[in-house]
Order: sequence, then C-alpha cells, then structure tokens
Amino acid sequence: MRVVVDRLSKSFTDRRGRSVVALGQVHFAVEPQEFVALLGPSGCGKSTLLSIIAGLLPATAGRVYFEGERREGRPMAAMVFQEFALFPWRTVRGNVEFGLEEVGVSGLERNERARHYLDMTGLAGFESKYPHQLSGGMRQRVGIARALAVEPAVLLLDEPFSALDAQTRALMMEELLAIWTRTRQSILYVTHNIQEAVFMADRVIVLSRRPGEVLDTVPIRLPRPRGEHQQGDPAFIQASDRIWGLIKSQAQAALLEGDTAAEGG
Amino acid sequence: MGVERYVVEDRTAFLQRPDHRTVRVVALLGLVVLWELITRTGLVSSLFLPSPLGVLAEGWDMARSGQLVVHLLRSLERLAWGFAVGALAGIGVGVSVGFFSLADAVVQPIIAATFPIPKIALLPLLILWLGIGEASKVAVVALGVFFPMAINTYAGVRQADPLLIRAAVSFGAGRFGVIRKVILPSALPMVFAGLKLGAGIALLLLVAAEQIAADAGIGFLILQSGNLMETTKLMVGIVVLSLLGVLSHWGLAGLERAVIRWRHT
Repeated sequence: MRVVVDRLSKSFTDRRGRSVVALGQVHFAVEPQEFVALLGPSGCGKSTLLSIIAGLLPATAGRVYFEGERREGRPMAAMVFQEFALFPWRTVRGNVEFGLEEVGVSGLERNERARHYLDMTGLAGFESKYPHQLSGGMRQRVGIARALAVEPAVLLLDEPFSALDAQTRALMMEELLAIWTRTRQSILYVTHNIQEAVFMADRVIVLSRRPGEVLDTVPIRLPRPRGEHQQGDPAFIQASDRIWGLIKSQAQAALLEGDTAAEGG
Repeated sequence: MGVERYVVEDRTAFLQRPDHRTVRVVALLGLVVLWELITRTGLVSSLFLPSPLGVLAEGWDMARSGQLVVHLLRSLERLAWGFAVGALAGIGVGVSVGFFSLADAVVQPIIAATFPIPKIALLPLLILWLGIGEASKVAVVALGVFFPMAINTYAGVRQADPLLIRAAVSFGAGRFGVIRKVILPSALPMVFAGLKLGAGIALLLLVAAEQIAADAGIGFLILQSGNLMETTKLMVGIVVLSLLGVLSHWGLAGLERAVIRWRHT
C-alpha cells in the first residue's frame, strides 16, 4: 500500500500557553516497497510526524491515508522505537508475538511467524531470554522483529540505531538493508544522520527545522545491494553534500537557539 | 639513589559493607541463650519471664493436645479471608483509579478521607453491622489490607512507562489490552510491596480484633493466658505470631521472585 501524508500540520501548546507550530505543511508519499528516509535537524518534528502516521498522536490539520488493496490481518503501520520499548516482562518470543496477538493471529501461526522473523533478525537461540539479558543491538533486533512480524503496510523506524554504539550501528544498518532487500517491506526511516540516510534509502526527504516542512527530496542513485565501499562513491558524496547544504544553516540556527522544549527528535 | 615508588591503594575499603552471615545467626541465637541463662539464674521469676525451653515445651504440649491447632486454624482462616478480600478489592480499585480519570475523581477523595482512620476503631461498628461472628473480624482485616493495596497499586499503575503504553497501542492494543498486558505487569512490583505491607497490617488487626471480641484465635489465646497468669502459654502465642509474620513475608517474597522473573537484579 501507498502511504500519503497529505498537507499535515501539527501545533502544540507549550507550558506558557503559547501555540508552537511543530509541523508546517508536510506533504509526501511512500510508495510500496520503497525505502524512504526522513531527515532533519533536531527539533524539526520528525518524531512527531512519525507518531501521527502511527496513529499515536492527532494531527492539527491535514491527514495521513493509505491507498491500495488492504490485506486481511495486516495493520497499516508498525513502529520501531528509538528506546526499543520492549516489554520487560515478555521474553524475546513474547515480544515478537505481541503485535500478532493484537491482530488476532491464532496460536500456531503466531508461533510460526514469530520463528520466521526471529530467524531473519538473527535472534534464533535467544527466544526465551528477557530483554534485560540482551545487549542494545540485540534488543533493537527484537524491536525490528516485533514490527516486521505483523507485516505492516509501512514499517516506521524512529532513529532506531541512535542509542547504539557506532560499530553496532553500522552492523545493524547493513542487516536492516539485507532484510529490506529480502522482504521489500516499505520503510519510512527517521534519522538526523546524513550518511545513514544516504546509505540506506531510495529517497531522502529533508525537513526544515521548526516548523518542520519539506525542504527537498533527494533521490539516491546508488546501485543495490549497497555496501560500505560505496561511501567513497561520487554519487554518495554528492548526495550527502547536497543534503548537508540544505540543512546546515538550519542546524546552526537550532544549535544557537538551544530550545528543544517542545520535542526531542 | 633509587627512585621512590608510591603504590596506589584502595581508599574506599572502609566504605564496604560485608554481609556478616554468621553474625546474623549468632546474634539471634545469642539472644535466646542469654534469655535462657537469665531465667536459669532465678533472677527473674518465671511468672514474668518464662524460659525459652519452657516455652518450647509448652508449645509442643499445646500442639499435641490440639489446643494450639484450634486457635491457629481460626486465626489463619480469618487472615486468609480478610487478606484475600482486601487485596483483591485493593488491586481492583487501585487499577481503575489509576487508569480511569473518572474513577480517580470519585474515589481519590474518599480514600484520602478514610485512609487515616485506625481500622480497629471501626470494629464496634462492623460488629454492629455484621454481627459478633467471623464476618466482622474478617472485615476489619480486609479493610486494613485494602488501603495499602489500593494505594500501592495506584502508584504502580501511574508509574507504568508511557513509552511501553504507546508501543502497545501502536501494535493495536485497546484499553483493556493495555491494562492487561502493560499496566498490570508494570504495577506488579508495587503490588507485591503492598502485599508485604498488608500482611503485617493484617496480623496486627487480626490480633487486636481477636482480643476485643473472639472466643478462639491466637489473639484470644494470648489475652486469656494473660488473664490467667499463664505466661508460658502467652509466650507461645507471641512466638507463633512472630513465626506467622516471618513465614508470610518469606512466602510473599518467594512468590514475588517466581512471578517477577523478568526483573533486573
């Protein structure tokens, strides 16, 4: 299914009762099987946008809709959280099965699907561990498996690897790309890291700082499968430079303002 | 001339708190032995302070004659009913007040107004309402358990991680799914803290109620033995109460470990 973010805007009321516009008019779409990165400086409302798409926050104006043939038992969106948000009282398997329970998948099929995605994310053998027994990278694999298992129309990832160390992050990015290549699950990936966005995405949507608006959409014309060797590729550097050019002044202004009261991501 | 060396030593040694396991056992045994020695010297009349061995022998006799069992069973029955009713009601009220704002608005002021009442003061009223039989004693125990349970459960529910609630909702959980799968498990540690607190209060109220209006039970046994100057029997009752307290605490702690396997430490 195609996801359309249609002239979406969002305002908050801050502690002093003033109205703060977090998102201006945001308009874009994610096509089926596409990997789209949503990039912006901190405080541009990208996490807010993702929450609205996931149905976790009401929009002030505009809407989000899904177009296409709806498949039975598949939710519209599933989210991978920056802080993992695993249920500490559930084992790895229990966490992965959570979404399937809510969709109403029967016990036997739930088991099978959980196993399939546990294998895919490299969690085989860890099924009965509790989250606190796992490293950060392994925890986020559980987060990804939990979201993949419900086979959503779009997979939403909210800075999924920013809580991980640099080496783990690099490995996890490659694994996510491998999973995407296998499943062609459409992905909307929020990040503030340009290399991360260029390395993985088909298209990078660049947001301005508050109020967040789409500055530009940068297509990434790097052949797939992608690998680290491409980081020196002219196309890679060109795309990175173009994006940095778009957000540099924005990031500087955000740095000076130092006001991230309304929103963290 | 040689170079002088200054070896760095651990300067925090005095901050360490070793466990002193043997000291723990020896201290308790030592107290009992001291007590026994004091009674042997004849310095204190056994009417005021019976010897530990005497108490043990009396306890054995009372157990064999069935006298102790009768009192113990009556007390246990009241405890079990009162504890079960109070705990279940407390958990139910705590969850609904913690989750539903309307229930919060209705119940919170009522609890604030009734919580400070010493529950034993209500016994005469309860006897008037429920009769002199078991119901009034069970009710006073239940009331005593209800408040810490309701208050602790409420606190546990309010402490539930909003991120986990959002995660559950993003995977399709509704109101009752969230309560059952997120709020109840996250409140469990607080619920157990409430159960341990409630167990102590239950014992206190049980004995008080049995000393005011009962014809059997450990509290009654202690009061009656005191009136008859049978100090050894009185001490048997006190030792049984101490054992009840310790055992209930151990039992709850064991249950807690079994139920909350996912906790870090």
